[in-house]
Amino acid sequence: MTKMRPNYISTTNACKLCKPLGASLVFKGIEGSVPYLHGSQGCATYMRRYIISHFNEPIDIASSSLGEKHAIYGGGPNLKLGLTNVIKKYRPGMIGIATTCLTETIGDDVAMILDEYRREVNSPENLPTLVHVQTPSYSGTHMEGFHAAVAAVVDQLAGSNEKTDAITLLPGFVSAADLRYLKEVVADFGLDTILLPDYSETLDGPARLQYEKIPAGGTSLTAISKAGGSRQAVEFGRTIDEERTGGAVLHEKFNIERKVLGLPIGINETDLFFNLLCSISGKGIPEKHAMERGRLVDAYVDGHKYVFGKKAVVYGEEDMVVGLTSFLTEIGIRPVLCASGGRSGHLAAAIRAVTEESLAGQPRVEEGMDFYDIAAAAEELGPDLLIGHSKGYPLARKLNIPLIRVGFPIHDRVGGQRILHLGYRGAQQLFDTIANALIARKQDMSDVGYSYM
Amino acid sequence: MQATLLDERQGQIHRTGEKPFEIVCDKDSLAGAVSQRACVFCGSRVVLYPIADALHLVHGPIGCAVYTWDIRGALSSGPELHRLSFSTDLQEMDVVFGGEKKLYNALVELIDRHNPEAAFVYSTCIVGIIGDDLAAVCKRVEEEKNIPVIPVQSEGFKGNKRAGYRAACEAMFKLVGTGDTAEISPHSINILGDFNLAGEIWMIRKYFEQMGIEVVANITGDGRIADIQRAHGAALNVVQCSGATMDLARMMEEKYSIPSIRVSYFGIEDMAESLYSVARHFDSPAIMNRARDLVREEISRIYPELQKYKKALHGRKAAIYVGGSFKAFSLVKAFRHLGMHVVMVGSQTGTREEYLELAEITDPGTIIVDDANPLELTSFLEEKKVDIFVGGVKERPIAYKLGVGFCDHNHERKEALAGFDGMLNFAREVYSSVMSPVWQFTRFIGGDQS
Repeated sequence: MTKMRPNYISTTNACKLCKPLGASLVFKGIEGSVPYLHGSQGCATYMRRYIISHFNEPIDIASSSLGEKHAIYGGGPNLKLGLTNVIKKYRPGMIGIATTCLTETIGDDVAMILDEYRREVNSPENLPTLVHVQTPSYSGTHMEGFHAAVAAVVDQLAGSNEKTDAITLLPGFVSAADLRYLKEVVADFGLDTILLPDYSETLDGPARLQYEKIPAGGTSLTAISKAGGSRQAVEFGRTIDEERTGGAVLHEKFNIERKVLGLPIGINETDLFFNLLCSISGKGIPEKHAMERGRLVDAYVDGHKYVFGKKAVVYGEEDMVVGLTSFLTEIGIRPVLCASGGRSGHLAAAIRAVTEESLAGQPRVEEGMDFYDIAAAAEELGPDLLIGHSKGYPLARKLNIPLIRVGFPIHDRVGGQRILHLGYRGAQQLFDTIANALIARKQDMSDVGYSYM
Repeated sequence: MQATLLDERQGQIHRTGEKPFEIVCDKDSLAGAVSQRACVFCGSRVVLYPIADALHLVHGPIGCAVYTWDIRGALSSGPELHRLSFSTDLQEMDVVFGGEKKLYNALVELIDRHNPEAAFVYSTCIVGIIGDDLAAVCKRVEEEKNIPVIPVQSEGFKGNKRAGYRAACEAMFKLVGTGDTAEISPHSINILGDFNLAGEIWMIRKYFEQMGIEVVANITGDGRIADIQRAHGAALNVVQCSGATMDLARMMEEKYSIPSIRVSYFGIEDMAESLYSVARHFDSPAIMNRARDLVREEISRIYPELQKYKKALHGRKAAIYVGGSFKAFSLVKAFRHLGMHVVMVGSQTGTREEYLELAEITDPGTIIVDDANPLELTSFLEEKKVDIFVGGVKERPIAYKLGVGFCDHNHERKEALAGFDGMLNFAREVYSSVMSPVWQFTRFIGGDQS
């Protein structure tokens, strides 16, 4: 049920980021790739800073650093100069070029400029792969930018020459730990998988003895080129666009079967994912994961009374909100507000799909919310906890309730990149974290300070 | 690893003593070089940000506002309006049909909601392209709401961060001269270029007040509109931070004949000299005596603990990369105070004069760099086998991946590094990174005390 709320003109403390940030993350998840923003210098630097504060890794994002005369006469020459410089310095395998508000507004045709560039260089065969995507931040959020970049990579690089047994898995914007988990799961099913993007190492790498200009890891270009021949495309996200995702491109261009699931958060959504893997692989659920599921159910039972009936406000990216809401509902926590800064138009239906069997009434679901709206709603709803990224902290502090940090960004704690959300294992961590936060809360508030639960 | 130094970048690097001094600076960043700089908007936003009772509305798409939400550790003793991120969140239709109406409505809505003392309206890249008449909208709202509503011409692409500083100073200058200056002491100053990170301006104000000097306006740390409006009543502008507020001091000197002096509150020598130079300006033995007493007391208080750090850190090597190079002078001296050598120093927006002075105070072979980038910084840190790197958020992971300690000296920090206590905090920060046992598990490029 969606209630009417005041329709404010201004935005205060947005619950969304801008489009090129999502594209940059995708390009960071491709082997040997350097993200490159076509716009003014500030865009790249602001996004670098924002991403670094979460991942604590060097995040090199190049910029065409446009100045006033480029804004008037076109940014093409600077875009080309920047490419040459990036190639000289980084020797990349790929450069992922995303546009910005500025270059979309002045109307630079990046595809055409890149064609010119390929013709102008001395040895085009030595050029790195160049991928481009349009990401003006006046239409959509970082999630639209993320999906647009995945779609652009698939569209521009995937071929269909050879059939492969591999599946293409497009997980959306999940943590580095989530990506590592997904790789482990598909490997345990014996499935060859093209995971795109894969920043599990590039954005959460080990300390090495040699500094790497471009950190090792990421989806290889060879793997991406085979995606057009993969046996199935599996995409996470119940609110994603029907037409503008990597899976949609694979389906349209190569007639690959596209399966869309919700982010596998909690048992119900993870069961769907594992069932799909069972049917694709023709195998049963591997013992290790069956055990994890069993222990998770055991933990749900052991801890159910500490969480039952508690009210939660969930916010963040739409698909993350849907997954978390599904999980909260199955453990007996009542989501009272599901909010996002995104505007897919699909959030309410997606929330209904994952909750209607177990919830008597639908929670309040709002797209296009900022933290001013979320705070106003939360004060009315009186939640027991907030679940979302770290930008909800001022609200949690004001309401004096726990904040369960998930997703992106986590700017006020270490280890955001290592939070595991997905699968039975991720649900186990989320469940323990939430139950313990509520138990700790009760313990801290108690006059007695019991040492047993 | 040897980074390719791009030909176009050669002129922006100088090595002390190797050649007669020459450096290229204050130029637009090179495309594809991965500059650590932001843009014009960033320059304006960081300077005006700490004015706590003003509404700061970013007119543009969401990114510019959301990446600057609560970005500085600039504390306020009262209102905290500056910590909120306001945006018109322009959408495609606004870009096509113009955003003036949305801006007007957003301004009215926010002013009615928050009752600010003034509003700053920041222009962003596409506003400059679609041609919204920011000034006209601001003027209309100013008349209707009866508070200053000031456009900040900060389109990201119209120059570099320094242009943004200038736009911020021009915006503030519109406020100066509109307040009542009666009852301001002849021994009075404005503090320019301190942003009250971790409460630093409170320490500095206390020092001046102890000396018998009235502080009229903080520009901009813990800043207030009413104070800036009467800033022209002060006898002296005391300016820290190279680029950010010097333009305002110049404008005030031209129009109100207020002289200015440049100071720095980082490190013992520069902090003490700042107090003495203000005392000298007022030519009052009483003020000077109070300054001397204060300095003596403070130094004797922090000296014993400082000695402990000096003993441990003696001979170690440091590299510095900061926003403005004026701060770098103080850091070079502060490291020297700890018995350490600075082997690389650079900044995003330094001037030729500042780099020349750095070349004069640093040891032979020291690398001086303007508008550097991650790969250059990496190669310099490796070449010089640095023990500690001083910089901001974007420099931190570079240091850590190389196995180099790090001291955060940018505007997000939560430790006060200015003043006498700040010197102690600085030494502690350096000590706690260099001496950490974690380096035993990683590569550690420092430790070479030759």
